[in-house]
Amino acid sequence: MKMPQQFFINIGQKVFYFLYFVGGMVNLASQTIYLTFMPPYKKDRIMEQAKKAGFDSLPIVSLVSLFIGFIFALQTAYFMQRMGSEIYIASLVALALVRELGPVITALVVAGRVGAAITAELGSMQVTEQIDALETLATNPIKYLVVPRFVALSLMLPLLTLYADIIGIFGSYLICVYKLGISSGMYIHVTFDALLYKDLFTGLLKTVFFGMIIAFVSCFEGFNVEGGAEGVGQATTRSVVTSFILIIMCDCFFTAIFYFLFP
Amino acid sequence: MMIDIQGVSKSFGTHKVLNEASLKIERGTTCVIIGRSGCGKSVLLKHIVGILHPDQGKVFVDGKEVSCLNEAGMNALRMKIGMVFQGGALFDSLTVGENVGFGLIEHRKIGQRELLERVEESLCMVGLCGIANLMPSELSGGMKKRVSLARALCIKPELILYDEPTTGVDPITAASINELIKSLHDKLQVTSIVVTHDMVSAYTVADRIAMLYQGKIIADGSPQEIQSSTHPVVHQFINGLAQGPITETLDHDSRIKQ
Repeated sequence: MKMPQQFFINIGQKVFYFLYFVGGMVNLASQTIYLTFMPPYKKDRIMEQAKKAGFDSLPIVSLVSLFIGFIFALQTAYFMQRMGSEIYIASLVALALVRELGPVITALVVAGRVGAAITAELGSMQVTEQIDALETLATNPIKYLVVPRFVALSLMLPLLTLYADIIGIFGSYLICVYKLGISSGMYIHVTFDALLYKDLFTGLLKTVFFGMIIAFVSCFEGFNVEGGAEGVGQATTRSVVTSFILIIMCDCFFTAIFYFLFP
Repeated sequence: MMIDIQGVSKSFGTHKVLNEASLKIERGTTCVIIGRSGCGKSVLLKHIVGILHPDQGKVFVDGKEVSCLNEAGMNALRMKIGMVFQGGALFDSLTVGENVGFGLIEHRKIGQRELLERVEESLCMVGLCGIANLMPSELSGGMKKRVSLARALCIKPELILYDEPTTGVDPITAASINELIKSLHDKLQVTSIVVTHDMVSAYTVADRIAMLYQGKIIADGSPQEIQSSTHPVVHQFINGLAQGPITETLDHDSRIKQ
């Protein structure tokens, strides 16, 4: 085929896939939210997913946020020492972690760890006809598979973020107190002085939406797997990449809104 | 249950899988649908249970049009239909017992003891007593198919759909599955639809055989009628001949593409 023609066909396909994705996501999200509030409520399935998404993520979230705390303290120390105002490291770290780094880093870790697992699991179920089998047993796959993951992720992500904030601040505390010679009491005092309730609130509120993004994207990609093991691999990659992009976009959006809403 | 498929067409992308296929199946009969791999037999089955909806045409089960049912109606219909999937399609996060009892656990309020009895009874019917606590990953392919059949039986269905029940199992297991299909039909008076390309199995279990070719039902009759059919496509298929109209059309199609 001629080059220009192929070019437009490719663009057309990309646009078509994008519209298909948006439509599918809106459809999945609306059905999921509707079914979440419809009985019967299966608590044990939500608990199982909450354990997988939340509790099992604790080690990696601890590790990552502790190191982010170390790194952030050292990097800010580089400049603050030149200015002779090391004590402001505490407030800077606290604000940056609680408002921005904690939520985003936690969301990205969970998207990579939990979102990928969900896509791979649902994708394998799709190619082995288990999703069809659910339907023939008069069970709605969205109610059975998506709702528990949606509820678990949107509840667990704020909790994980809160935990990551604390661990990150603790990491920075270790560097400041044992390496830079700031007194422990002073560090804690400055940290609490810097933080306002709205910082914590805006930081945690957006993670609820990050959790929803991870749940919807990973389930959507899982349900749409075609073509066996290779398809599962491709869908898993797409799921993580799409989640990353949407999380960053959503973060930018919320930061802008909060900036004007809570100046 | 009586099934009436009227002029059903279904396409995936540009590929037209079913092209005005029509078939009527009477209550209590075992109908075998034969055809080459990938000719749309499984797609036809999925229309009966409402997983797929036709682009054109209608599917009636017990006089009700499947695509027009609301959620409650659809669930009620599906609780009367048992489907046995090609690879078993067992839920691999659940034990064999939980798989078999899945329909009852989700939809019927029944006691734990009665549930366990029903699960064990269904497993024994397929000759697999006492494996309720195993995981699906510990089973062989033939066992998975039989567990899948037990799961279909556990809800006491009026219609059982079998998707290639004897494909990929050894001849002895295949024979025992055929026996099972026959005995279930004789004992429980269920309507059965078996999709297969295994002619031995087809002759063993069928009251009627229908052949699906190029998205249409091209032949439909008793096993004797099909065996003595003069239709060239049917003749080639049931005798497993390498030369004939089916393969000629394929050659022709691939030449056009080139």
